[in-house]
Amino acid sequence: MSVSHAVRGPLVLEPLIARVSATDRGATASFLGTVRAGPDDGPVIRIEYSAYEEMLDLEFDRITAEAAARWPGVAVAAQHRLGTVPLGDASIAIAVAAPHRAAALDACRFVIEEAKRRLPVWKREVLADGTTAWRDNEGGRVPGRPTPTRPST
Amino acid sequence: MHAIRVRCRLFARYAEVTGEEVVEVEVPAPATVADAIAALRERLADGHRLPARPLVARNHAHALLTDPLADGDELALLPPLAGG
Repeated sequence: MSVSHAVRGPLVLEPLIARVSATDRGATASFLGTVRAGPDDGPVIRIEYSAYEEMLDLEFDRITAEAAARWPGVAVAAQHRLGTVPLGDASIAIAVAAPHRAAALDACRFVIEEAKRRLPVWKREVLADGTTAWRDNEGGRVPGRPTPTRPST
Repeated sequence: MHAIRVRCRLFARYAEVTGEEVVEVEVPAPATVADAIAALRERLADGHRLPARPLVARNHAHALLTDPLADGDELALLPPLAGG
């Protein structure tokens, strides 16, 4: 059964782990990506994530299917948070279970790398003075339209 | 020769710079993804602010600029990705 991978609210890893756990899977690996502000990022007060949600779900399903084909016996559960995400909170959560540890760890790495490369998700930083910037996974930072500093969801 | 109608979707920074999220364009058949993007850039007042060769998705899957289009396709212009 396909479920939505987009979540508006805090991500919780335990339900994802429960979803992939099984008695014939002896290894579970998980990954949490959390929102951070680096030393050169300025006074970021919040990060806003948006997505092409119909494609986000399908692309996550495709990545999961690819992992299952590449590592037999692997099960994957993953979610991406959208909307306003405070610094320190998780923006992506992944749980992978497999019969053995090598497959669990390798498949978990595969899922996060493919997610960063392929998911149609965008990130806008809001700074304390109301200026904004679009950030991408290649290190790009492009100024955006100024916005009120009040959080939006 | 018939026309192919394509529903173009714009996200994030591309929606911000054009002020549009959904735009219908028509291109003469046969047409590729690149043809629809050229028509979209021509159609919008701020279309020149969209890249001529953006990352694109066709019907919810990553696509190439050379991919053929069919009537009723949904084309999405994807700004540089930032998931994870």
